[in-house]
Amino acid sequence: MTVSTEVRNRTAGGIGESPVRPDGTFKVTGQFAYSSDLWMDGMLWGATLRSPHPRARITSIDVGPALKLAGVSAVLTHDDVPGEKVYGLEIADQPVLAFDEVRYQGEPVVIVAADHPETARRAAALVVVDYEVVEPVTDPREAVGHPDWKPVHDEPGERTAMSRDRAPVHPHGNIVRHQRIRFGDPDAVTADVVVQGDYEVGMQDQAFLGPESGLAVPADDGGVDLYVATQWLHVDRRQMSGALALPEEKIRLTLAGVGGAFGAREDLSMQVHACMLALRTGRPVKMVYSREESFFGHVHRHPALMRYEHGADRDGRLVYVRAHILLDGGAYTSSTPAVVGNASTLGVGPYDVPNVGMDCWGVYTNNPPCGAMRGFGAVQAAFGYESQMDKLAAAVGLSPVEIRTLNAVSEGSILPTGQRIDSPAPVAELMHRLDAMPLPGSVDQDIRLLPGGVSNTTHGEGVRRGVGYAVGIKNVGFSEGFDDYSTARVRIELVGDEPSVLVHTAAVEVGQGLVTVQAQIARSELGVERVTVAAADTQVGSGGSTSASRQTYVTGGAVRAGCAAVRSSLFERAAARYGPGEFRLVAGKVESLVDGVVGDIASLLLDGPVEHTVQWRHRPTQPLDEATGRGNAHVQWAFCAHRAVVDVDVELGLIRVVELACVQDVGKAMNPDAVLGQIHGGSAQGLGLAVMEEVQVVDGKLRNPSFTDYLMPTIMDMPPMRVEVLELADPHSPYGLRGVGEPPTISSTPAIVAAVRAASGVDLKRVPIRPEHLVAAALCH
Amino acid sequence: MTIRVTMTVNGEPLTADDVWEGESLLHVLRERLGLPGSKNACEQGECGSCTVLLGGEVVCACLVGAGQAEGADIVTVEGLGDGEQLATIQQTFVAAGAVQCGFCTPGLLITAFDLLNRDPDPSDATIREALAGNLCRCTGYEKILDAVRLAAERAR
Repeated sequence: MTVSTEVRNRTAGGIGESPVRPDGTFKVTGQFAYSSDLWMDGMLWGATLRSPHPRARITSIDVGPALKLAGVSAVLTHDDVPGEKVYGLEIADQPVLAFDEVRYQGEPVVIVAADHPETARRAAALVVVDYEVVEPVTDPREAVGHPDWKPVHDEPGERTAMSRDRAPVHPHGNIVRHQRIRFGDPDAVTADVVVQGDYEVGMQDQAFLGPESGLAVPADDGGVDLYVATQWLHVDRRQMSGALALPEEKIRLTLAGVGGAFGAREDLSMQVHACMLALRTGRPVKMVYSREESFFGHVHRHPALMRYEHGADRDGRLVYVRAHILLDGGAYTSSTPAVVGNASTLGVGPYDVPNVGMDCWGVYTNNPPCGAMRGFGAVQAAFGYESQMDKLAAAVGLSPVEIRTLNAVSEGSILPTGQRIDSPAPVAELMHRLDAMPLPGSVDQDIRLLPGGVSNTTHGEGVRRGVGYAVGIKNVGFSEGFDDYSTARVRIELVGDEPSVLVHTAAVEVGQGLVTVQAQIARSELGVERVTVAAADTQVGSGGSTSASRQTYVTGGAVRAGCAAVRSSLFERAAARYGPGEFRLVAGKVESLVDGVVGDIASLLLDGPVEHTVQWRHRPTQPLDEATGRGNAHVQWAFCAHRAVVDVDVELGLIRVVELACVQDVGKAMNPDAVLGQIHGGSAQGLGLAVMEEVQVVDGKLRNPSFTDYLMPTIMDMPPMRVEVLELADPHSPYGLRGVGEPPTISSTPAIVAAVRAASGVDLKRVPIRPEHLVAAALCH
Repeated sequence: MTIRVTMTVNGEPLTADDVWEGESLLHVLRERLGLPGSKNACEQGECGSCTVLLGGEVVCACLVGAGQAEGADIVTVEGLGDGEQLATIQQTFVAAGAVQCGFCTPGLLITAFDLLNRDPDPSDATIREALAGNLCRCTGYEKILDAVRLAAERAR
């Protein structure tokens, strides 16, 4: 039996509503305990000594001077790692603490515990590490084929349980993964109209505000308890188990408050280090990265070099796409294989293309390691293919909206992997809706609202307006055959004579509102308003990662399934009490479908609580063929489109985004306010990539690891947004929902760049756009 | 060398002993006085997450030396409500959906609280200018603007 829509609509605070966040009051009063807020009597502070060199041999490490400093309790090196010396999400190739060689600037070498954070930092600085500096490999093109290329790794890393089936590490070189897509006859085909372009995406940082941090507490059983901000408790624990040489049951993780994530918490940071120090000293150890250390302490978005060639007929209908995408993965694998999978399979965008020849490489260099960031491979490709679509539109005399609607995929389209889109794909509708939205008024004369703001030195004489469009595609959930599941424990019982539901998962709330939506699902499924979501920890089975826009889908699916199991048990009790029949649970009541309300849910709980724990999986996917890219690799697709309006001071090279309009299909808006929050925030990160955000790396070294020098959008930079949300149900997903978090980050960047091109007339090939890209081009005219 | 620092925080006189002279007001609040509501996102005055009122002025607590706060009157996010009820700006941040991860929230609340004290009916441009020193990475600021507008409206 399924619960009717009517039931879902009748229990207050259920799905489709926007109840307030259960953690909201704690967050506005300062009581919410983030991972950097934790404190215990007698705790020590940890600090990390990191490599100053992008590449060097370690010839010796002398910890003696550090140990002599008063207040220092432990100084540990790779010799002190109890278990496996390397770890990794997909491939175990990243040292817990460097041994023999360092491969990027900022690689951890020594960890220290002391009674004051400053003492710990000073002790770390006293450690003497002798390095023999080696010239780093910093150009990804050199890494894959230049005659002088030098391998960054001598040996391939160990595959882990998260390894994709088709994610080989080249045994003797720098190629993490090379994925080919061959669809139709891309080599032989020709076209009447051909446009080509080279594009580059700079390195973006997730720049969550809550730094990497946590508290490790040694336990009486020889194990350790860790309170930490992360994105996936169980995958952390698995990697920690190897490094600490402890069975998983002796490592208990509890989620501390997470100050944003955006992909940067998928890889381990301080987890193993804090536990090593706690186990060695027998005391609780707190580690909190500074902002500068945070820039070295997590992976970034892969920089990309892309070459695209689009062929079309004279009407603008695509005939072929040929493309090369080169992603710089930096020194260690992280999630580069999966990022390559996304960039290649989504690399032509949401368009019907009969012939596709795509080669995508992820490579090792001695640049900072790159991995997960919101949009995960789809962001880089979208800047390439959307730039090309505008170029093609200009070549055939169509508007940006016309070229996209003409070539848009729709339900039933076959993607270049051979996979059929088997749910709504309203790409053309997104574009039409954007086109129909009113445009903002003319250039604002309030000087605060001109490009450059109050710092401007003109009164807008050189300001030109431009409008640009873009649309993107993103896969939802883990792809390529990964066994992607979540676990939910659902319990219903009487608390003070009232039915009360407890939902317990290990799924991580990072700010997006997962705790709210889990409770909404339980309310709708069980007809009970009082729902508590327990703290996420490893006492329950894995919730999978808070990434790939997957948690509402997968953990939401698990909570729904857990509730269904609980409901079945309650219906057995109802049948025993009220006689056989079909029942439903609504707003605290038990209703018979024949007789109406027959009693209270509370009365079914007089015999005691009901509890079930279930695992839930989305439909299986397949690996990609390495040579052709064929395979039903993806679970679901999500589509989002933006229109950007910008004012550009073409003389000063300054940009102000005046308005962003966005239309996104979310399948089902489980919590409409939270959906808007994701669209606003994701669009802002795309704006940042378009016009300001870049981790600048020169000769393998970071030049701007601070919020002074790494610029991201303030409230002055972010324009008002118009947002329309479509709800076209996906028949394969719980409630018809689609993942929401990533798509808005994908299309906002190319839409803004298109608008800047329209305003300035400059053929921009790189993001973020810098003033000199605009001014230098203008001077050449 | 360590020092003793005494200050009034949220109306309560508090003393911290054994303070290393290089510690910031933020560190003393968070690690010595049990008030971790003010946040440690950049610790160089760029993000506004540690914003507090010091003698009625909006400051980044990370840029104030512990000794500089001697004798000062400080208001942190923990002191915005009256213990029973949330301040209006706290209520509207929750109601408007201006809180996601919430790490920027304490600083934004103090800044917005100060703005509305000075200007009970700010224009959007004024709100943006006032909050320009507070970074938020989650919300894109739309619902933060909504929350400040709503707080101004409720105060009328």
